[in-house]
Amino acid sequence: MRSRVSWFVVAAALLAACGSSPSTAASSPSPTPSPTLSGNISVFAAASLTASFTALGTSFQAANPGVTVKFNYAGTPTLVTQIEQGAPADVFASADTANMDKMTADGFTAGASLVFAHNQLEIVVAPGNPKGITGLADLAKSGVLYITEGPTVPAGKYALQALKAAGVTVTPKSLETSVTAVISKIELGEADAGIVYTTDVTAAGSKVAGVPIPAAQNVIATYPIVVLKGTTNAAAAYAFTSYVVSVTGQSTLTSFGFLPAT
Amino acid sequence: MRRERVPIIVAALAAIGAAFFILPLLGLVVRSPWGDAVKALTAPETIEALKLSLFASLSATAVGLVLGVPLAWVYARVEFPGRDVLRALTTLPMVLPPVVGGIALLLAFGRRGLFGSWLDTTFGITLPFTTAGVVMAETFVAMPFLILTVEAGLRSMDRRYEEAARTLGASRWRVFTRVTLPLIGPSLFAGAALCWARALGEFGATITFAGNFPGVTQTMPLAVYLQLETNQESSFILSLVLLLISLVVLIGLRDRWLGSA
Amino acid sequence: MSLDAAVRLTLGPLDLDMEFAIEEGEVVALLGPNGAGKTSLLRAVAGLVPLKSGHVRLDGQILEDTGSGQYVPTERRPIGFVFQDYLLFPHLSVLDNVAFGLRSRGTSRREAADKALKWLDRVGLNIYARAKPAELSGGQRQRVALARALAANPRLLLLDEPLAALDVTTRAEVRRDLKHHLATFQGIRLLVTHDPLEAVALADRLIVMENGHLVQTGTPAEVTERPRSQYVADLVGVNLLRGHAEHGSVHIPGGPSVAAAGAESGEVFAVIHPRAVAIYRNRPEGSPRNVWPGRASGIELLGDRVRVRIDGEVRVVAEVTPAALKELDLDEGGEVWLSFKATDVGVYPA
Repeated sequence: MRSRVSWFVVAAALLAACGSSPSTAASSPSPTPSPTLSGNISVFAAASLTASFTALGTSFQAANPGVTVKFNYAGTPTLVTQIEQGAPADVFASADTANMDKMTADGFTAGASLVFAHNQLEIVVAPGNPKGITGLADLAKSGVLYITEGPTVPAGKYALQALKAAGVTVTPKSLETSVTAVISKIELGEADAGIVYTTDVTAAGSKVAGVPIPAAQNVIATYPIVVLKGTTNAAAAYAFTSYVVSVTGQSTLTSFGFLPAT
Repeated sequence: MRRERVPIIVAALAAIGAAFFILPLLGLVVRSPWGDAVKALTAPETIEALKLSLFASLSATAVGLVLGVPLAWVYARVEFPGRDVLRALTTLPMVLPPVVGGIALLLAFGRRGLFGSWLDTTFGITLPFTTAGVVMAETFVAMPFLILTVEAGLRSMDRRYEEAARTLGASRWRVFTRVTLPLIGPSLFAGAALCWARALGEFGATITFAGNFPGVTQTMPLAVYLQLETNQESSFILSLVLLLISLVVLIGLRDRWLGSA
Repeated sequence: MSLDAAVRLTLGPLDLDMEFAIEEGEVVALLGPNGAGKTSLLRAVAGLVPLKSGHVRLDGQILEDTGSGQYVPTERRPIGFVFQDYLLFPHLSVLDNVAFGLRSRGTSRREAADKALKWLDRVGLNIYARAKPAELSGGQRQRVALARALAANPRLLLLDEPLAALDVTTRAEVRRDLKHHLATFQGIRLLVTHDPLEAVALADRLIVMENGHLVQTGTPAEVTERPRSQYVADLVGVNLLRGHAEHGSVHIPGGPSVAAAGAESGEVFAVIHPRAVAIYRNRPEGSPRNVWPGRASGIELLGDRVRVRIDGEVRVVAEVTPAALKELDLDEGGEVWLSFKATDVGVYPA
């Protein structure tokens, strides 16, 4: 096992040097400390990955003491803008494939991206569900203050799809820039309901409550991750992405409520 | 006035300082797609954002005048314990990060805020996510400029004119409206203009407290920010519009701001 | 119509304590050196400065009385105030300035404008009705300030150094005008000045103030002929001594006795005109009883005469011709003898 892992890591490093990337292997063995990994990497990740990626970062750094991982969480379109305007990033984790395709088409990615997780939507409400929301149709009830993400944010786009599938027309009171912004406003009590990912509801714990959306109306979100062309620490960048799709990484993600990559 | 010879060091540093400001503005002008300018400016979302911005910023300035001038008068004319502390508190939004201002507004006027919860339960009025909320956010960050400018004007005016008016039988209200206000006219104008320009450009407090929805709370700065993610070049044009408006205000203020009260 | 005031207040280092009354028909000038408190007194009468104790009564109506706690604010006092630098409202036209008092007291715009125009006519400035104060000369602004104060028909007119802001050449002309306008005003007129010429020219009665206190009051003639303070004596340009009279001489405390015809008894002032003082290089002999040595401490040329200040047992100022001075060959610090006749000493009770 050890030699297979070392070989894999070295191969990844060599391939990075040639500019191509490893294939979308669904399960790779977890990495063990490699003496060649050091330095810093910057990971730009979608807001819905905040809790899970922070945890992944911690365990990755524990396994690789020479590496420091820094995270930048925001709505996916915001991250895209930042990277395209030259923000220094090594890894990009998107909440949808559309934004990832844009990055690739614009030439910012190093090789093909890896799908590392899926997610589903859930309605988020205040603890105890005081307004008695039972489904998407209730969002249009009078007396319910509904907010969502802007249409360019993956979650916002998915929310519109779900509402369409459910045949519900409702005008949100605000179009926030990320799922975390929606969660904050629900937590603060400023809004009654929003549509976020199931993982966000889990991450917010007892500060919010969730109302599930039936599979027929729900949307499966696909999360790809990629090493960026402008990376300054390819070895560590590839190591991190491999870690995310590894068994350990996947089990961490599923513990936060994500659906596994396959 | 004889032109003084400028020491080399001073000239060099001043030039660098000027370049620091001019280059970004030049960048905007050069990178904006002038061909698409008309399309960008006449797009319905843009017009909506512009109308909302103008309405909200002018309303914020009006509120600023109604509440700010009396406050400035109290600061300039009345001695009371704690005056300096109060003045510092009402000036705080000038140095506070706008998002922090937005959060503070939520905690006071949000649905569960100190005052907002009372408004909600008693009148069913909620301020976040409304245009009124936008006006509040803009007033919060912009009014301090008006207060400071007007206070300075009141302090520097010759108060003997007020005495002269009193000897002519003018009541205190008449003295204020017919003598004091006209005499501080330049400061009043400068304060209102700065307040308006600041309100027009406000982003952090607005998006935090009032949210973001076209036509209701999506002001020009918010629209620019969002356009940056979807239609970059359109955002450049809109930025240029905001920039030009601010420039006009500042150029128009130039003399008055430099204190000919 | 009368003004009756007792004003006691403290402003910084100055303690003001004055009591005076002005009768109908009098133009009274408050005369005193700078810092005497004249302007403060005027402002107190106007109600711009509160009294520590005292009262102000105009025609029997109480404007302020610390005893009973009554205080009528400035804007409700029937006064007109002409300020030292006029304080014409710079943002209003000359006409609007003059109409301000009328408008403040409720007169309609049209009526106020009419009356204001009439007043501008009276001071000869109606062509400047639409002009702004900044466009007028100093003398013109003074007239507008006067018209503004009078247009509202006050019962008491207060003027603070009305000519001080003018240059010397304009002053004489404006003084004549002012005298004429003051004469036609029906109410009480109180003006404040440090210029004795102004006071004497404009006023029927002088009230002399020094350090916040009343020093002397009387007609200009009375005050100048019989000064009762060094200040007035200096203004008038005479020598003033004070002492105890005893049958033909005046004993100056801590000093010599001056022979003075007409000195009988009691506390007296003795006045000697500098003209009457003669200067010698050596001790003179002759009839004058008052002969003393001294030293010339200051020599001042004033046109066709010279004033020599002499220090010694008796300090006086002597007035001689330049030719005489030359003949004496006298410089500052030089030793001299002075003399004046006992009959040239004016004596009156202190």
